[in-house]
Amino acid sequence: MAFRHLAWICLAALLASGSALAQEANPESIEIGLSTDRVSITSDFAGADLTIFGALSNPDPLISRQGRYDVIVVLEGPARPVVVRRKDRILGMWINTRSETFLNVPISYSVATTRAFQDMTSPNNYRRLSLGASNIYMEPENKRAGPVTIQEFTDALRDRKQAIGLYNHRIGGVQFLSQNLFRATVELAPNVPVGTHKARAFLFRNGLFIKETSAQLAILKAGFEQSIFVASRDYGFLYGVFAVALAMLTGWLGRIIFRKD
Amino acid sequence: MGIYLPIAEMSVNVFVLLAMGAAVGFLSGMFGVGGGFLITPLLIFYNIPPAIAVATGANQVIAASFSGALAHMKRGTLDFKLGTVLLAGGIFGSTIGAFVFALLRAVGQLDLFISLLYVVLLGTVGGLMMVESVRAMQRTRSGAAPTMKKSGQHNWIHKLPLKMRFRTSKLFVSVIPVLGLGAGIGFLAAIMGVGGGFIMVPALIYLLKVPTNVVVGTSLFQIIFVAAYTTLIHSTANQTVDVVLAFVLMVGGVAGAQYGARAGQKLRGEQLRALLAALVLAVALRLAFDLFVRPASLYSLTALGGI
Repeated sequence: MAFRHLAWICLAALLASGSALAQEANPESIEIGLSTDRVSITSDFAGADLTIFGALSNPDPLISRQGRYDVIVVLEGPARPVVVRRKDRILGMWINTRSETFLNVPISYSVATTRAFQDMTSPNNYRRLSLGASNIYMEPENKRAGPVTIQEFTDALRDRKQAIGLYNHRIGGVQFLSQNLFRATVELAPNVPVGTHKARAFLFRNGLFIKETSAQLAILKAGFEQSIFVASRDYGFLYGVFAVALAMLTGWLGRIIFRKD
Repeated sequence: MGIYLPIAEMSVNVFVLLAMGAAVGFLSGMFGVGGGFLITPLLIFYNIPPAIAVATGANQVIAASFSGALAHMKRGTLDFKLGTVLLAGGIFGSTIGAFVFALLRAVGQLDLFISLLYVVLLGTVGGLMMVESVRAMQRTRSGAAPTMKKSGQHNWIHKLPLKMRFRTSKLFVSVIPVLGLGAGIGFLAAIMGVGGGFIMVPALIYLLKVPTNVVVGTSLFQIIFVAAYTTLIHSTANQTVDVVLAFVLMVGGVAGAQYGARAGQKLRGEQLRALLAALVLAVALRLAFDLFVRPASLYSLTALGGI
């Protein structure tokens, strides 16, 4: 697994600054470090765990010992418009009838947390920070649609995204390795979208939101996969001719190898 | 073992795809159907986006049909002349079909139309074939003389002008119904994203009275070209052909097709027809089930500006 080998190494500087300058006057802060800003998907990719290291600066040792610091790490995929369709029964058949379009819906949304959602902070805080799959704001294209309809289709959108694994969360996916250092493991679905992903980390102390930080990460197709993709887009007809020729060659070879008469 | 599909942009299990290809290839070699009507619903069921499933299914069908057609050519059960006339009609029909496809998509409810077309066509073709082949089997069992073509038994098709002789098929028939049949199937093929073998095979047997053993090879020959034409149209216009996906399916498919062609030889014509009828009816029932039974989730997502 290409991903598993990617070690996400936190910057030594973060550690140093964290422990040396622990003062009442300096509020806590959070940093995440990515060892690379791009990850490529190779042909054997089948979903993976992505590990992100991070550090707290100026943690209060007492609160730290009591385990009252909580961290939530989110990896959010690129945003795209999505149509949600609803089937209804007409003449005995289930047919797509109503639909709502939502603008700028993140294709994927993976969350890792230190503890269960209800133990970290209040639902109000999650809403205010738009944090967690159930609090992402989905902007409807049709602004005049009734709030009940919008709610119904928004819920359906989240439910479908969770069902196909693109929206997921891992309770306990963030672990403190020391007073300062933590490690977050987020899940990349097998159908994770390529494009620019945004990694964000949120720090809470005793249920109070302290600080947020973010970093960019590009997920790309590796060389061979990328070449095929580019060829199909830029040279559609030639690509088609190649596909037909490949099929005929395979058919002919198959005939030679597996012939039964 | 996972494999990443560059066009579908997702990871799938390579062994599931190989098995899928082998099973469909076996049936295609046995019955002379390209397997498009099986592989496309299977891929969609396996969460491949429908647009990619249709285009890639067409691509994989080429390999299985080519391999199967070679086997039939060797045995001399391929009527090139009949296949070429059918193909001429087919290209004409599928060009019109592609145009109607775009029109239907603009109007909306294309999915429903395709599903209904599948259920009605497969149900009718499968039902008729089943009834006929079971009757033929009963006649054979009751000891009656096998009712092969009785000389002098002609239907209205044999009264049309512009007659042409097809030696391999032992036919002397007007080109008008042959061209018309090819065009009709090409039209349906473009709309439904299939090669049309499951309609072609019974039509050749029942309408044109082509011997069953020649039908399979000739149908495969014609499917190669219709599927190639569909693949080119999709790769040029929609960029939805995934060669990696198609290739894995093909590898399973060509192996299956050779075994299928041999298995088909061991069966009598009416047995072969009854089995194909059962298969076609099963697919029709499966699609009707989706249409009439409450789905697990009433909602579906479609990404805009992508596939």
